[in-house]
Amino acid sequence: MKQRTSPSLKVLAGIAAAFIALPLLSILVRTPWSDLGNMLSQKSTRDALSISLQTSIIAALISCAFGVPLAWLLARSQSRGLSALRVICITPMVLPPVVGGIALLTAFGRQGLVGRFLYDWFDVSLPFTRTAVVMAQVFVAMPFLVLAVEASFRQSDKGLEEAARTMGASPSRVFFTVALPAARPAIMAGLALAWARSLGEFGASITFAGSFPGRTQTLPMAVYELVSVDYRLSLVLSLVLILISVGVLAAMRDRWMVGR
Amino acid sequence: MSISLNGVVGRGDFERVLKFSVSDGEVLAITGPNGSGKSTVIHTLAGLIPMRSGQLMADDITWDSSTSNTWVEPEHRTCAVVFQDLRLFPHMNVLANVAYGLRARGMHKDEAEQRSQKMLERVGLKSFEMRRPNNISGGERQRVALARALVLEPRVLLLDEPLSAVDTASRSGLRELLPELLSGFAGATILVTHDQKDVEALATATFGL
Repeated sequence: MKQRTSPSLKVLAGIAAAFIALPLLSILVRTPWSDLGNMLSQKSTRDALSISLQTSIIAALISCAFGVPLAWLLARSQSRGLSALRVICITPMVLPPVVGGIALLTAFGRQGLVGRFLYDWFDVSLPFTRTAVVMAQVFVAMPFLVLAVEASFRQSDKGLEEAARTMGASPSRVFFTVALPAARPAIMAGLALAWARSLGEFGASITFAGSFPGRTQTLPMAVYELVSVDYRLSLVLSLVLILISVGVLAAMRDRWMVGR
Repeated sequence: MSISLNGVVGRGDFERVLKFSVSDGEVLAITGPNGSGKSTVIHTLAGLIPMRSGQLMADDITWDSSTSNTWVEPEHRTCAVVFQDLRLFPHMNVLANVAYGLRARGMHKDEAEQRSQKMLERVGLKSFEMRRPNNISGGERQRVALARALVLEPRVLLLDEPLSAVDTASRSGLRELLPELLSGFAGATILVTHDQKDVEALATATFGL
């Protein structure tokens, strides 16, 4: 029997889809296509784009390097207090990013809990540097990767890990040769998610790192500052961000979501 | 080597008092219906589950003892397991599966692969090295699992229902191969099965659960 959908549901669904699609399409329509090349080659645009790419790629890799072991711990450790740790680790996902930025300032600012000692002992000041941009992005993006990878570790076949142990493999060898390859699709998906989230990060970065053109200003910050100054340019930068986001979705779909 | 177990073995609600021992060259068949805890015994011997009480000895080395709080990790026990559900690594080819244990124990890659190739030949899988476990038949997978255990030259071989995962056609072939492999095996063998034919073909002693 052919499934029939009620007309009123179709109308509501249509409104929902249009509400999401329309603003995205408007940017495409309003983008000054004739000036595109010219605008993209401006120094301020290139700076923001290169800072965004650089910081977001580094942030995604750091999230992966530290997030995967954290995911493993959360999935496999039986120690108590673990659920509390999990809640803490995924809090940034629901936290307003600007609060995350304030939190980073309180910890790593010059007067911060840790930042004070970094400044006094090593003369290191983190806020308003490019490192701060990366830190803000990791803070916001890493939980997405941790959750994705933890779910995969939880579902993976413990029998294979047991078999590896009986064959003489140490727990760390089991992790690298059996558990990690099994989680590869989830790690790739988590990496893409963390990268996309880092690229779009705004609130935490602008609070903790500021928006200094050529130093800490990323694409989203540039878009925000340009809205009132050069609306057309802010449209072009928005377009770049939309294209990258759509590209991430397409790549995840083709490579990592199929066959799961 | 001689393996002796004396004490309480259990997992979840299941618990059983057991006492048996097996020495080099012997094949002890542990029999019993499904759900009688046969796999639990294998997992206990391999070090995947601790004993509830009592002790497990390999010659004069204690592998598991509740009284002296001794516990030898599975990777340090000189035994090899053929699991009922085989547990071949799906992301590795047949050769890498067989060589895995040798590599884990520190053998150089070339030598590990050479030995694995020889072992694959012995179980009749000469041209299967590059195949993935998912692309071979059930009987062939069973042979890979046997090769993977025997290549380690363990002192104790633990076989958990070694013929249950295969169809009847390949079972007869394996029933001929298994005694041949075991006759060339110097260590002690513990075989868990619910099939009387396996017992008759392989065992030198039996123990009922």
